[in-house]
Amino acid sequence: MEAAAVHPNSCFSLEPGNLAGVRHIILVLSGKGGVGKSTISTELALALRHQGKKVGILDVDLCGPSIPHMLRAQGKAVHQCDNGWVPVFVDQEQSISLMSVGFLLENPDEAVVWRGPKKHGGLFLGFGVFAALIKQFVSDVAWGELDYLVVDTPPGTSDEHMATVEALRPHGPLGALVVTTPQAVSVGDVRRELTFCKKTGLKVIGVIENMSGFACPHCAECTNVFSSGGGEELAQLAGVPFLGSVPLDPQLTRSLEEGRDFIKEFPKSTAYSALTSIAQKVLHGMPALCS
Amino acid sequence: MTVEEIREKMETVRHRILVLSGKGGVGKSTFSAHLAHGLAEDGDTQVALLDVDICGPSIPKIMGLEGEQGMQYQARLMILSGLSRGQEAEAGDEIASANRKFTRHYHRLGCAYEDASMQSGTHVEVHQSGSGWSPVYVDDNLGVMSVGFLLSSPDDAVIWRGPKKNGMIKQFLRDVDWGDVDYLVIDTPPGTSDEHLSVVQYLAAAHIDGAVILTTPQEVALQDVRKEISFCHKVKLPIIGVVENMSGFICPKCKKESQIFPPTTGGAEAMCQDLKIPLLGKVPLDPHIGKSCDKGQSFFVEAPDSPATAAYRSIIQRIRDFCNSRQSHGEKPISP
Repeated sequence: MEAAAVHPNSCFSLEPGNLAGVRHIILVLSGKGGVGKSTISTELALALRHQGKKVGILDVDLCGPSIPHMLRAQGKAVHQCDNGWVPVFVDQEQSISLMSVGFLLENPDEAVVWRGPKKHGGLFLGFGVFAALIKQFVSDVAWGELDYLVVDTPPGTSDEHMATVEALRPHGPLGALVVTTPQAVSVGDVRRELTFCKKTGLKVIGVIENMSGFACPHCAECTNVFSSGGGEELAQLAGVPFLGSVPLDPQLTRSLEEGRDFIKEFPKSTAYSALTSIAQKVLHGMPALCS
Repeated sequence: MTVEEIREKMETVRHRILVLSGKGGVGKSTFSAHLAHGLAEDGDTQVALLDVDICGPSIPKIMGLEGEQGMQYQARLMILSGLSRGQEAEAGDEIASANRKFTRHYHRLGCAYEDASMQSGTHVEVHQSGSGWSPVYVDDNLGVMSVGFLLSSPDDAVIWRGPKKNGMIKQFLRDVDWGDVDYLVIDTPPGTSDEHLSVVQYLAAAHIDGAVILTTPQEVALQDVRKEISFCHKVKLPIIGVVENMSGFICPKCKKESQIFPPTTGGAEAMCQDLKIPLLGKVPLDPHIGKSCDKGQSFFVEAPDSPATAAYRSIIQRIRDFCNSRQSHGEKPISP
């Protein structure tokens, strides 16, 4: 794990070459926590992989990096090569690579304590350190050739987002997927995120509604556990495409808990069709960003 | 500005309860709101609810106070610019000039924040008393204060820089005039980032009775919550206990239970046993909860017979008991 150390000297060494082979960068955003950003990021990556694409995932959730767990890659060591960090391949075919801040945490139960910037006492990271870390993530990972890089962000519209958007901006077509749950309370937070996108000039590919409805496995009755219609309403309000609703699905949650490939294992579930259709729309929506 | 000032400000508050979670979206605000509603059901108990979630303040919506947004214009001016109360009254005379001043102050403070909708200064309603600004009351004995009141429109993104964010929260904590309050429930932002941790540390220093930690049953949530717990230990913040939210779902049609968020590693129960902290209870998913939150109404009134209501009530009682057992401590004059 020694290789995972953050070298303070390399923080600002911008290596645009490392992202030169990345065709599209997709940011997954939400103003609210716990709406399923990491779930959507993971499943989108898996769905794109099943479409034959080469996908990378960058997990910049500094507070709660959950993607390593969802792809059964926790505790993996990040190695270094001449071009920077080598992302972790999560499958044998090496079609999905992952770089997560989770790989840099000393102890998974610790509040953010970093190996690197010890001068900050380890605990309290200032904006400069955030920005430097994110810049390093963006520039120092040797992604190689990728069709899509999916970037999972922490909740909120604060420092990490600014830093992420600023760091990624020079590297080609950048679009954001905004995730919400159906409740008005969640939609309220996500509206602020859309304002953030507008203010930072970030193109919104579309809105995804997660946790929308639950079909009882006993009687098939569908209940809108978290109310309904929020995502569509939000998309309309903001004048951006609505990409679809992903229902609550215990099989999906369980797959993520156990780090299994939901897209491969449960092609009959309702969440499957929702997720693959969203992936299709992303595939077709992204070329427009190039023009 | 020191912890000392915040502590002094909170001297009129008997019990202070922090609601925490390492993870977002587990139901912190819903729980905070209903803890406040539940405690305030006893008409003789004065309850205050404070929302310091600067990125996604949802308490105004949940408490049915969304219209209050933007009304705290002058208070906001005061907080952000650090104007004295005399100066602030002066500034209030001329909205436009105050607006300019406000923007200038903003820039001086280094906040990357633009405020386009300040011109709508028609709806200025200042809730202010001699010693600070007062909470907004949803009931005679239930007051609410939220950073959300500082946003001029629900679309506003607060893009704060870390240190300024902390400064703003500290000022916010210092300037609210709580009055004589039995319980202060504090809803915090999610995460274990420095921003979050420093808020918690600030509050922890101001004699907090204890923290209630919210989680959902999945390991991906628990893994964040363990970090939060380890942080509480680090700053010696007492933990009242853990609440497992979204724990099972009972189909309204066939009444059979399903685990939407499966506790693959034993859920909060196993974690609490492991870490030797109390589990206060499990709250099942109930569509009524989300609906009442959207409507800004109390879930206790909307769905009095729901199993979730019963779970909430029993948890609130345990929190009350915890605070009462600390009564003598709480009543002690606070030494500097």
